[in-house]
Amino acid sequence: MAFQLLLNFFLAFLWMFMAGTFNLANFIIGYFLGMLVIFGMRRFLSGRFYMGKIVAIIKLTLMFVWELIKANFEVLLIVLKPKMDMKPGIFKYDTELKKDWEITLLSLLITLTPGTLVMDVSDDNETLYIHALNIPDVNQAVSSIKDGFEKAIMEVSR
Amino acid sequence: MTDISDILIILFILIGAFFSVVTAIGLIRLPDIYSRTHAASKSATLGVMCILIGTLIFFLTEEGFFNSRIVLGIFFVLITAPVGGHLISRAAYNAGVKLWDKSIQDDLAKKEQFEKEKEGSRY
Repeated sequence: MAFQLLLNFFLAFLWMFMAGTFNLANFIIGYFLGMLVIFGMRRFLSGRFYMGKIVAIIKLTLMFVWELIKANFEVLLIVLKPKMDMKPGIFKYDTELKKDWEITLLSLLITLTPGTLVMDVSDDNETLYIHALNIPDVNQAVSSIKDGFEKAIMEVSR
Repeated sequence: MTDISDILIILFILIGAFFSVVTAIGLIRLPDIYSRTHAASKSATLGVMCILIGTLIFFLTEEGFFNSRIVLGIFFVLITAPVGGHLISRAAYNAGVKLWDKSIQDDLAKKEQFEKEKEGSRY
């Protein structure tokens, strides 16, 4: 992905040199034309076309903000409820992600999702230990959310 | 135009202040350190973010000044707050702080056992 991005910048600069005028408008035109060229040549470059990855990153960011807002309303309800009848606990979750930055990103996302907080990551990077505010009703929902997160992160890294 | 931005500014600042208050109440009311960390790492993040966004819009509309340092501040708070919560709760657990007595599940206490089972299945 980094290589394709760099190539795209190079093509944009090449376009500016060919046009002879150096300004932002020319750079943007060159960037779009370069994107078309890279899209046409995507079979010869390693990895997939990098704009797909950028769309995936934007999707992940929007998901992140939405989950943050939802998490806050959940905490709000628990804190302002007159009776403290939640059932906290720690459960373990096996992840399929391999790289360090993917696991870091996943635990950041989990920490900011409703009612969950990452407590520990096992030494072999395969298991996350997660503290949940409400084990009975969260357990099922949380695993589906995390499948969504894991899918979204894999979409970015693949 | 200024009316709309005024409403937005007031809304953002009030929501931010409200979530900060909820954080404070949560810190007092919740029973153990782990559930308190939930309140501190989530509500405080959104509260501070909302106040900063309100400030950004205020200076943008009143004085036409885009303060990029506020944007960086939002970004840094968003990244560091959950990591802080994670580190505090992990340090507390390793130092032997007990969970609330109404907790129903504790897999982290069985971590050693899980690790051993994994080793066993590997060889």
